[in-house]
Amino acid sequence: MPIEVLLVEDSPGDVRLTREAFGEANKSIHLHVAVDGVEAMAFLRREGVHSHAPRPGIILLDLNLPKMDGRQVLVHIKEDPSLKMIPIVILTTSEAEVDIAKSYELQANCYLTKPVQLEQFEALVKSINDFWMTKVKLPKQGKAA
Amino acid sequence: MRRRNWWPHFNPVGIPEEFDRSSSYDRKRDAIMNSVVKKGVPTEVLLVEDSPGDVRLTREAFRDANQSIHLHVACDGVEAMAFLKHEGRHTNAPRPDIILLDLNLPKMDGREVLAHIKEDESLKTIPIVILTTSEAEVDIMKSYQLRANCYLSKPVQLGAFEALVKSINDFWLTEVKLPNQRKSE
Repeated sequence: MPIEVLLVEDSPGDVRLTREAFGEANKSIHLHVAVDGVEAMAFLRREGVHSHAPRPGIILLDLNLPKMDGRQVLVHIKEDPSLKMIPIVILTTSEAEVDIAKSYELQANCYLTKPVQLEQFEALVKSINDFWMTKVKLPKQGKAA
Repeated sequence: MRRRNWWPHFNPVGIPEEFDRSSSYDRKRDAIMNSVVKKGVPTEVLLVEDSPGDVRLTREAFRDANQSIHLHVACDGVEAMAFLKHEGRHTNAPRPDIILLDLNLPKMDGREVLAHIKEDESLKTIPIVILTTSEAEVDIMKSYQLRANCYLSKPVQLGAFEALVKSINDFWLTEVKLPNQRKSE
């Protein structure tokens, strides 16, 4: 059974890197991408073009997003009884203590900062795969509507 | 450089950038070096586990993987809460940076411990890694509903168990930014 991963990321370069790194690491990942917070919520709520979207087993969430900030997305997901158990891995450039602290207060599952160097970025995506997609027991994924 | 605070309703004061994002360095090496040398502050890990054998294995596996961990052990849920609330003989207990929590514990079940921690404003941000024998779907779902940070089931084989503890170290204690990490004065 494939693992449905929702990547919420507005940088096309980072999307590509993440997709390629996951593709190399794990063939059984279906990577879905939302480029802003509004699209992320539409995907999760199966609205509009996303009416048949699968329920992700895990979400990788950037904090700095257009339209709806990643912090707002985090709040919305963790307040929604049907979504709150989906693990959220914050994957962002910010290393600010306030962002780290607030993310955990809002029940983000973990917080990672994106490395600047390409190889380290790829290694980080691989480590996300190694831990979250091969070792962690994720909550049961819902099927597509 | 000041940047606008993005957290509505939380803190109206603008927060300055703390790090120069344009600098390039080996992040993994730097994280380890920071914890061991520059910051000089070990990572405090609370293991809540009633099986002496598993405690020993975990302790040895962490020791092999990471010299800068202080591993504290609570053998049941009551002791775990006393440790976290600095009660009784735990008055001087350090605040853990992360908690590894078995579900099946005497006196107070791990599920109850999880609920107590995540309902406590002063404790809820501490990441909790469930580390248990159960692979039951109901336990997995319930743990995430109670806001466990992740759920791992303990392998039966020794080598696999050690590898799992190492992976916890490699991910949570090396890659992840933990909340409120203590820095040296």
